[in-house]
Amino acid sequence: MTLTAPAVIDERIKPAGLIITLLRRPEVGAAVAALAIFIFFSVSTQAFLTPAGVATWLYSASLFGIMAVAVALLMIGGEFDLSAGAMVGTTGLIVGIVTTEWGVNIWLALVMALAIALAIGAANAFVVMKTGLPSFIVTLATFFILQGVNLAVTKIITGTVSIQGMSAVPGFDAVRVFFGSSFSLFGMDVKISIVWWLAITALATWILLRTRAGNWIFAVGGQITSSRQVGVPVMKVKMGLFMTTAGAGWLVGMLQLFDVSTVQATTGIGQEFIYIICAVVGGCLLTGGYGSAIGAALGALIYGMTLQGIVFAQWDNNWLKAFLGGMLLLAVLVNLYVRRQAGVRS
Amino acid sequence: MTHAEASAAAPILEVRDIGKTYGSILALQGVSASVGVGEVLCVLGDNGAGKSTFIKILSGAHAHTQGKLLAYGIERTFGSPREALDLGIATVYQDLAVVPLMPVWRNFFLGSEVTRGFGPFSQLDVKGMRRITKEELAKMGIDLRDVDQPIGTLSGGERQSVAIARAVYFGAKVVILDEPTSALGVKQAGVVLKYIAQARDRGLGVVFITHNPHHAYPVGDRFLLLKRGTSLGDFKKSEITIEEMTKLMAGGAELDALAHELARS
Repeated sequence: MTLTAPAVIDERIKPAGLIITLLRRPEVGAAVAALAIFIFFSVSTQAFLTPAGVATWLYSASLFGIMAVAVALLMIGGEFDLSAGAMVGTTGLIVGIVTTEWGVNIWLALVMALAIALAIGAANAFVVMKTGLPSFIVTLATFFILQGVNLAVTKIITGTVSIQGMSAVPGFDAVRVFFGSSFSLFGMDVKISIVWWLAITALATWILLRTRAGNWIFAVGGQITSSRQVGVPVMKVKMGLFMTTAGAGWLVGMLQLFDVSTVQATTGIGQEFIYIICAVVGGCLLTGGYGSAIGAALGALIYGMTLQGIVFAQWDNNWLKAFLGGMLLLAVLVNLYVRRQAGVRS
Repeated sequence: MTHAEASAAAPILEVRDIGKTYGSILALQGVSASVGVGEVLCVLGDNGAGKSTFIKILSGAHAHTQGKLLAYGIERTFGSPREALDLGIATVYQDLAVVPLMPVWRNFFLGSEVTRGFGPFSQLDVKGMRRITKEELAKMGIDLRDVDQPIGTLSGGERQSVAIARAVYFGAKVVILDEPTSALGVKQAGVVLKYIAQARDRGLGVVFITHNPHHAYPVGDRFLLLKRGTSLGDFKKSEITIEEMTKLMAGGAELDALAHELARS
């Protein structure tokens, strides 16, 4: 590497071997785990590797993956968003209610729901940044507010806890092309959400590693005071991250609504931790400043494969939770090891 | 740089009888010193001597309330650190403003990233930034095998030098170093002193704040001694010995008394 410079070899630094260099990448652990789980279910069940089977677990993974990638960006930026799951329900309900109950144009309804989601995201960011309170608490509050409002308002307006008659709304089929369609590939019935998932993972990776905004996301999560000192617009970065997570919630809300053409008032509740687990399994540090979008997408893939694999294997569904907990613990231990190997002093 | 040429003989940074009051508290008064091209000004003083106030005035964090501050011979009052930076006066604080988990090159350019392309499609010039980081560090005499390693893996002295190199690259003419050696061991402190000399040899003015005469003396050209918010004098190297300096800082009579007290009878 340094051919011209006189080679002064510092005896205290071991040459970083290939394994260490690889381990420095946050997503490597998740990639290994994903491969192991893929092989395990491919061998142990018959349905897993069939085109229909693959399409099923990819679809599951895609919905979690979109959120996990957004949550990973936020976590790298040093914050949490516990309202991310409830946001999926909120946006779906907004579109469902205003179109079926009030006859609002469906495209307008989409924009309205997006605007509300972004506003809630911005509000989260604003409260966190202005008060200095942990985002864990602030978004926990937002989560409960959304959960309550989702149920109460849906009941007041529709009299039930779900939206009916969505597919009869004018323009439903046109919107469905973007959010609820599917196409066939290698004999698989590929849902459009998988395309969204891949595109968003690619975009997020590019932003993180190759743009100024990405540099700033790592910086504000890694050391906020240093970031301020060198002129990183901390407020803007955090605001953008919270709004991105909320926007991803909107996208997943739409993907679900237009796929099954109904939405429950409880949609998304309890999923917020799964997004965080996917991000952590994918190599994100809980303390911020480190992680990867590809890793989060792999974390979601692991979740999707396990979720469906357990069904294919006809095991008790409850094993999923136990498995998830185990994966999380393992991921955190791997992260710890990686940080020590990389010799990072914080 | 016409104003610099017009007053080429003037020091880069000069203070005359400068002082600062916070409300009724006199933090600093009557301090005069200067730093020119390729010169190291050491500011020495014990805790509470007014070193921090002095840095804050030079770096633009606080405006002075008495006396004059001149940059390139022109009188200035800094309203913000940005104004000082625009004149090439950069401060490297103790915490160094680095993000430990990020690679060295990303830290080097953090907040001033080089991008290529337009608007939403502009992306980081990773290759260019890696190369410049390597070159700039080489100029400081640091040979890093891998500018991709997290900056947290560097030693304290190396991190300090990266911060200095960064300030220099982004146009600093004077670097103010706030206690760069205080948290370091003997050897690492030596490394930092070497980099200070390197910066001086490249024609920079260096303001080196420390409470350790043994760190200041080998590298300094001029020594400003502070005590309880006032100046004990601004000395050239030829005018003072290290023993005199130590004595002055501690308050000669007090140190003699202490020596007497501690001596075995």
